[in-house]
Amino acid sequence: ADLGLGRAALPAEIAAWDKDVSPDGTGLPVGSGSVEDGEMIFSETCASCHGEFAEGVDNWPKLAGGMDTLDHEDPTKTVGSYWPYLSTTFDYVRRSMPFGAAQTISDDDVYAMVAYILYSNDLVEEDFVLSQDNFLEVEMPNADGFIIDDRPQTEYSQFTSDTACYDNCKDSVEITMRAAVLDVTPEETSSPAPALAPAAVVETAPQEPAVEVAPLEPVDIVASFDADLAAKGEKVFKKCKACHQVGEDAKNKTGPILNGVIGAPIAHVDGFKYSKDFLAAKEQGRMWDEALLAEFLAKPKAVFKRTKMSFAGLKKDSEIASVIEYLKSVSQ
Amino acid sequence: APDPLITQVQDWASGTGDGVDATPYGMPIEFESDVIRRNVEWLTADTISSINFTPIHALDGTITPQGCAFERHHSGAIELRKEDYRLMIHGLVDTPLVFTYADLERFPRVNKTFFLECAANTGMEWAGAQLNGAQFTHGMIHNMEYSGVSLRTLLDEAGLTSAGDFKDKWIYVEGADASSNGRSIPLEKALDDVMIAFKANGEALRKEHGYPVRLVVPGWEGNLWVKWLRRIEVTAQAIESREETSKYTDTLEDGTARKWTWVMDAKSVVTSPSPQAPITHGKGPLVVTGLAWSGRGAITGVDVTIDGGKTWQKARLAAAGQPMALTRFYLDIDWDGSEMFVQSRCHDDTGYVQPTKNQLRDVRGLNSVYHNNCIQTWWVKETGEAENVEVS
Repeated sequence: ADLGLGRAALPAEIAAWDKDVSPDGTGLPVGSGSVEDGEMIFSETCASCHGEFAEGVDNWPKLAGGMDTLDHEDPTKTVGSYWPYLSTTFDYVRRSMPFGAAQTISDDDVYAMVAYILYSNDLVEEDFVLSQDNFLEVEMPNADGFIIDDRPQTEYSQFTSDTACYDNCKDSVEITMRAAVLDVTPEETSSPAPALAPAAVVETAPQEPAVEVAPLEPVDIVASFDADLAAKGEKVFKKCKACHQVGEDAKNKTGPILNGVIGAPIAHVDGFKYSKDFLAAKEQGRMWDEALLAEFLAKPKAVFKRTKMSFAGLKKDSEIASVIEYLKSVSQ
Repeated sequence: APDPLITQVQDWASGTGDGVDATPYGMPIEFESDVIRRNVEWLTADTISSINFTPIHALDGTITPQGCAFERHHSGAIELRKEDYRLMIHGLVDTPLVFTYADLERFPRVNKTFFLECAANTGMEWAGAQLNGAQFTHGMIHNMEYSGVSLRTLLDEAGLTSAGDFKDKWIYVEGADASSNGRSIPLEKALDDVMIAFKANGEALRKEHGYPVRLVVPGWEGNLWVKWLRRIEVTAQAIESREETSKYTDTLEDGTARKWTWVMDAKSVVTSPSPQAPITHGKGPLVVTGLAWSGRGAITGVDVTIDGGKTWQKARLAAAGQPMALTRFYLDIDWDGSEMFVQSRCHDDTGYVQPTKNQLRDVRGLNSVYHNNCIQTWWVKETGEAENVEVS
């Protein structure tokens, strides 16, 4: 039935949303990008979660490696070892990455990032340039690794009601595995326990602070501000942007808002769920001064072992100094 | 001695309670504050791309309240106003169309109740008993009554003459959030029973469930139920995007993987007694209860064992099973206070019976991640406490 509801979609509107790319290349935009450029962009944009070599950080996805592990215990599924189509990588990077700033990458840069991911999987050489022309020539190692759901043939005939047993179904019943042995069930920490179920609740002792440091006075930030250095820091801050926002409309994302962080007490942002280490530091009255922030930015986990920040750290002292200067500029 | 709760006048029987203005939109009473969604922190890198679990151990009946129905986001739950909402239908249609939210409310409406189960529900249990609680082992599920429009109605409005033969055509559905979570669905399924929903359990969808509009794909894995639905493209092929290749594919023992494993097979679990819902009253009358569901049809029966599967009894269904919706079952027993190995197994109207974990492992190995619909065992001890175990 034609109810005459809605209106015609305009070509420009369809073009704006119809970004999906299919295995046969349908939807690929015109463009190209090199492994060399991709390495730089990847380091800036992706490495904080996926690692400099696409090897993954913490629980974030590994994008490289894992070849020939699919039939092992706990296989490593990466773009190289598992993904059957290159189109999927392009499509996903272009539409959904980077985390926290999706759809901000140019098509050429997407080609370059995909080229670098291929390189990190040893699937192309370092001088490789990916484009819409050679896109379909790239061979994905696990292209033939998939079968269409075969449960109707392999399982349904086995699991039938007709043969369900009701009496004398087995002689003995022994425990072969207990969840209490692995003990990975989340513990209740804050929410009230069900009054009648003491057995289900595990009390946790307060965590010991990781580092003992005396409370510090807030630093005077205005006296020492270098605008040129801050401008450099704004560029370095791109690495942080996937998780942290600054400015008037900033919101907590994967990481907390960083407005006014310098000179502020640790864990000062309302509504962000900090790690236990941060909360312990807050209890002690510790502050973010330049020295602590510099140490933290160099190697976060060395300062707060259980920080939620998966970023591995800034390598250059100059980057650290400039990004701290930039953060001063968003301190008001 | 006489019970002072009876013999003495209590405050609540003498003074007054809250007025009608106290809670314009109510939350559960404070004594129920443990009935909440819970997260398993080590599962994912970040709560913004993560999942939590419905407290099924503490609920009864079949409808899941929206406020504690599990959430799964790939890029966080976004705020999208109805006024800013647009739905585009394009591709192999006669007229590509854009609808506003107000347009959608003018189409003939349907009301249907369906379960939504994440394909990864029970996925942490492949290699062994791991998480201690029905919420954690089976809580990636909810069941709601949806109000909305059948997708067929919307596709007809755009016209499908251009699509030619429906048999080899697809739709690609995409959300408005930054993950732009997209999936390919065969056009035949889309025209069969898929709907777009804007109300659940009578009220607007919650933000975390895709307000203002989500897709409903009865019986099929939750990842297909795209939230904040913004685009439906009729295509000649599956797009094979990230959520249908790198994820939501089931790796078998030899390293090959099944794809397009959309349907959720029949499954059941005893929700009480269970690790988070131990027996606290000692021996005597005991209500054993749980949930059963099948993505392939209606539940026709549920069997319960308390001896680890030596003998099985038929449980009582609270109501006849409805297709692709949760069914509540009860077994009323006289508990003698000795330890029990409690399991449930369900049957659906295709003649399928829920398999054991070992039966599934024999076919698939340990690396499938998704679609674990095995029989669950709770070891209920003499104290009434329960633990997640596997038995021979």
